[in-house]
Amino acid sequence: MKLKLHIWRQKNARDKGKMVTYEVDGIISDMSFLEMLDVLNEKLILNSEEPVAFDHDCREGICGACSLTINGIPHGPEKETTICQLHMRHFKDGDEIYIEPFRARAFPVIRDLVTDRSAFDRIMQAGGFVSARTGGVPDANAIPISKKEADLAMDNAACIGCGACVASCKNASAMLFVAAKVSQYAHLPQGQPERKRRVLNMVAQMDKEGFGGCTNQYECEAVCPKGISVASIALMNRDFFKASVTE
Amino acid sequence: MAALVRFLQSTILSKVVVAVTGLFMVLFLLGHMTGNLQMYLGQETMNVYAETLQGLGGLLWVIRGALLLFLVLHVILTLRLKFLSMSARPEPYAVKNYVRATLTSRTMVWSGVMLSLFIVYHLLHFTVKATNPAYGGLFDAAGRHDVYSMVILGYSNVLISMVYIAAMILLGFHLFHAIESMFQTLGINHEKYNPIIHGLSVTLSTIIVVGFIMIPVGVLAGWIALPAGVIVL
Repeated sequence: MKLKLHIWRQKNARDKGKMVTYEVDGIISDMSFLEMLDVLNEKLILNSEEPVAFDHDCREGICGACSLTINGIPHGPEKETTICQLHMRHFKDGDEIYIEPFRARAFPVIRDLVTDRSAFDRIMQAGGFVSARTGGVPDANAIPISKKEADLAMDNAACIGCGACVASCKNASAMLFVAAKVSQYAHLPQGQPERKRRVLNMVAQMDKEGFGGCTNQYECEAVCPKGISVASIALMNRDFFKASVTE
Repeated sequence: MAALVRFLQSTILSKVVVAVTGLFMVLFLLGHMTGNLQMYLGQETMNVYAETLQGLGGLLWVIRGALLLFLVLHVILTLRLKFLSMSARPEPYAVKNYVRATLTSRTMVWSGVMLSLFIVYHLLHFTVKATNPAYGGLFDAAGRHDVYSMVILGYSNVLISMVYIAAMILLGFHLFHAIESMFQTLGINHEKYNPIIHGLSVTLSTIIVVGFIMIPVGVLAGWIALPAGVIVL
């Protein structure tokens, strides 16, 4: 398979950056998208050119490191798939592919396709935890939780914090990420004591980081590799309003 | 005051205000449309209705003031959110594709800005009568301001009718996303009720658009006709 790639190249955070066109040949349909980029990089290195920098870690779709926008869609055209799990069989010989980083002011580009997503870490530090005194491990089933609530908590905890929600949103809003992290605790008894402070602090940090506001287009839900539901955003809106008027 | 400013600085709470003011404006539109459809009931009914509204006196100004406040808050807060969103992505994508976002949801600011301009024109046209001062001199047999004839004279102008019809279609576009979106912003999202909310959004938008459009269409089609004695200038 032969492809024409348009890739965002940027030397460092201060560089202006531009799209550069490359051609790759010998791509096998069983390769993942990142393996296709590996092939390109090997070719670039052999030609003494700078390889394309991109984030990746587990390549199993569970770490949230990979973060590419393919033809204007974060993580590419397949539903609930990270870019490392996207295979080249979804493309055909002669395709032109545009590869860009996740774009947001809060995710500055460090180099090429690598962005600094530590804004998400700071939001987590603001409240994405449950404070518990250390001690003996509590009995797993000591606190009864309904299956439905446990499932909802797990669905939200599935968020890998990749930032595709921000990248896809026309407002570069982080609402789906923050909502998932707020909801994973809001559905559990352990999350209740800090529920109000958590949502207030996390949303305040989200606004501070310079993400845009949500306009309910649900593009985030459509591209989320873990299928996080926008119902979590409604829950966060509810919780945030309640906490704002009572705290 | 400081608490209010802090309240409006938050993107989520700003949206709550946008949703609530929007809700009041939708309720107003339903009332305004129902009242105006009395054009189909004849000159007497329409003019008595208009006179009753004018007779509210102080209350009328309270309602007008509240509607103006809702509109201003709605517009200012959404524009501020729009500027925040624009600054949240300084470098645009070379290629951008949408998977789920609808055309109506992506054009809310533009339909909103155009609707604001339409509201200014509408007020100048029928309320202040600045564009057509002759409307002020119309009276019916009982000496009431002849709103019925004023509306017919207004919509007899095809260009004016077209502006109103186009504005109402734009309003439908706006409401199509707005009504459903309002529920999400106010935290109402439940798989059991989402289909009902969607149905309500589509139905209400359609009723409002069709209801308002039926008035200029009725005039142009001759279903609503001028009473005898009114001279068309």
